Amino acid sequence: MIAEAGLGLLWIAAALAIMQLGLGWVAVARGRDEQISGVRAIAVAQGILVTLSFLALILLFLRSDMSVALVAANSHSAKPWLYKFAGTWGNHEGSMLLWVTILGAAGSAVALFERSLKASTLIATLAAQAALSIGFYAFLLFSSNPFTRLVPAPADGQGLNPLLQDPGLAFHPPTLYFGYVGMSVAFSFAVGALVTRDVDPAFARAMRPWVLGAWIFLTLGITAGSYWAYYELGWGGWWFWDPVENASLMPWLATTALLHSVTVLATRDGLRAWTVMLAVVAFSMSMVGTFLVRSGILTSVHSFAVDPTRGSFLLALLAIYIGGAMTLFALRIGTVREGSQFDLVSREGALVVNNLLLSAILGIVFVGTLYPLGVEAVTGEKLSVGPPYFNATAGPITLFLVLVMIAGPLMRWRRDRLAVVVQRLAIPILAIAVALLVLVLVSPDIGILPFMGLLLAGGVALGSLAPLWGRNLRRTPLFTWGMVVAHFGVAVSLAGMASETGFIKEVLIASNVGESHRVGPYDVKFAGLDPVAGPNWTALEATLEARRGNGEPLILKPQSRMFSNPPTETNEAAIRTVLDGQLYLVLGKQEPSGRWQLRMWWKPFVTLIWLGGGMIAFGGFLALVGRFRRDRLSGRGRAIA
Amino acid sequence: MKPKHQRLTLAVAALATVIGAGLLAVSALSDRAAYFYSPADLAKAKPAPDAAIRLGGMVADKSIVHEADGVTIRFVVEDGAFKTPVQFKGIVPDLFKEKSGVVAEGKLGADGVFVATNILAKHDENYKPPQMAGSEHKTESLAR
Repeated sequence: MIAEAGLGLLWIAAALAIMQLGLGWVAVARGRDEQISGVRAIAVAQGILVTLSFLALILLFLRSDMSVALVAANSHSAKPWLYKFAGTWGNHEGSMLLWVTILGAAGSAVALFERSLKASTLIATLAAQAALSIGFYAFLLFSSNPFTRLVPAPADGQGLNPLLQDPGLAFHPPTLYFGYVGMSVAFSFAVGALVTRDVDPAFARAMRPWVLGAWIFLTLGITAGSYWAYYELGWGGWWFWDPVENASLMPWLATTALLHSVTVLATRDGLRAWTVMLAVVAFSMSMVGTFLVRSGILTSVHSFAVDPTRGSFLLALLAIYIGGAMTLFALRIGTVREGSQFDLVSREGALVVNNLLLSAILGIVFVGTLYPLGVEAVTGEKLSVGPPYFNATAGPITLFLVLVMIAGPLMRWRRDRLAVVVQRLAIPILAIAVALLVLVLVSPDIGILPFMGLLLAGGVALGSLAPLWGRNLRRTPLFTWGMVVAHFGVAVSLAGMASETGFIKEVLIASNVGESHRVGPYDVKFAGLDPVAGPNWTALEATLEARRGNGEPLILKPQSRMFSNPPTETNEAAIRTVLDGQLYLVLGKQEPSGRWQLRMWWKPFVTLIWLGGGMIAFGGFLALVGRFRRDRLSGRGRAIA
Repeated sequence: MKPKHQRLTLAVAALATVIGAGLLAVSALSDRAAYFYSPADLAKAKPAPDAAIRLGGMVADKSIVHEADGVTIRFVVEDGAFKTPVQFKGIVPDLFKEKSGVVAEGKLGADGVFVATNILAKHDENYKPPQMAGSEHKTESLAR
């Protein structure tokens, strides 16, 4: 019954989306702004219905209803409840339903809370959001129905990929999707503003909180995904330039650029066309990412069993939406009035450079990710583009971008003098010089990228604090704090990456029980090996005692696990975080002479990578709160005047 | 600066960035994209020394030899009549076994031995596979 109800709700929601588009279209075409309440109500109802449909699917997973094909194929009654719950989106159909749910919910949120946008633009925005929803409803209903029944129902399900049986599954996909799909709002705003020819600072101010919100989730989702891959896969790496990671990085790059350009439009009325373009590109990147991950042209933990029609369906949707938005952009951009002017040496100038560099990185990642697919499609030749390509190209540009990041916030709007800017930069430049001196003395050969990374991290850390210089800290606006915290987070993250890459110590050895090995500052003793069992797995567990100097030993227990449903072996790394880094131990296989393979890493300050990611997101949160507060205050001021 | 000039400057800057990034990408792709070779391909055309390549084929029966250090293995990848010896230091994936598909990433040494830095094993057929022909899955190759 629940499955049929869920499917019914989905159909009604799809019908509402069609109504939302139709009514919105007519209202905009005839200039009937009073239709706004009707469009709003439909958008809210559509969001509620699709959310209920998603809840129905969660319920089916929690109850292990094996008469539903999707549950039978991806769940197992012996699984802990958390993985039954999170397993709802650990498969193609479920994750697409989550996608559509967030798309509908984002539309509802705009309908409920957006008050500053002009009525006609808001109607056009909601109609655009409905147009997006319709395509993805069609995709779900016609080629990825999550509620299909299985007759006869099997006794039990086939289980969930063990790599996904981790608390990370409950957190990482929903956060990432909130960011990914949340960008649809910016896309719809841009389309709406193009339709009503209403690209101006008021539009930018209305769009900014939505962009900021999506960006915060995107940042958190990527950070969480990176840490999940780091501890779960047991490779000890935190970024692989895997196409699936790139699929989440590309929208992030575009959104970060948009976040900066929308500020120029909101405060200085510049970069009108460019900002609208970025809003379209950002969500297009989300859709490209979804296509890459969901069409099955890639093979990774993210692409579940696939059939080729889905890929073509998604590709068609992609072509329609991106093509449609670009066409509208080309037709309408001529009517967008020229924005105000600025000097090239100015805050606007620095933000333009920021945007250009972010776009350049985006282009490089895009080419590197899609090139192998293109080559294979055309010539049938298989090739892989990996870290060597991305590090050599995106690495230097990123460092250059970071350099601009030190100077940008210290420049004045509209016009500034280079000599004065250099004066203001004195402190960060001094910091870089000191860092350089220390680095040359301490470690002359850590590689150029980590070396530059550490240098610039020092400069950015101080440079990001410079906007607070000489200010009354309690009266500094919250969004300025947000910028400071986010930029400082970049420095923290960069320092972590550079330190991990430059100073990592790695030991790969075959060891008998009882032997000791030196890993970085630790002596690690292989103390024992025992069989252990969990709810749906058995494992061999090594006990390792890591001692640093004369301190208390840390006990680490890496496992080699054997899952029963489905039968698969995985490695559970043992990770211990201390103040100045992480000890990362992996138990390998037994080699013929009876010794066990151990892989051990000492990673100095590696946790800074994710701490920095969290700070970046938190900075975004501060800025968001600050904007709301300022809007409320200015709203009240206007009421009084 | 006149508005027209400013727009022109911005357009030129944008164009320069795009072209620069494009050139960087193309030059990096031409020497850093790892091409896929089978032992037969290797016999026909030797890749440049130092070029990152991927070698795909079957692990020959009874070819896996464990070195005394316990972490280095040698094996032979075969493809019909052609064979390529491979050396790998690291922990092999669970699905790595003789008479089974494998993809090795690394470089071909001057002595004809392929030094792998990464081993990808074909995904287990019993498990829900991504159904593409020739696809492989980085289950847990533990080398850098």
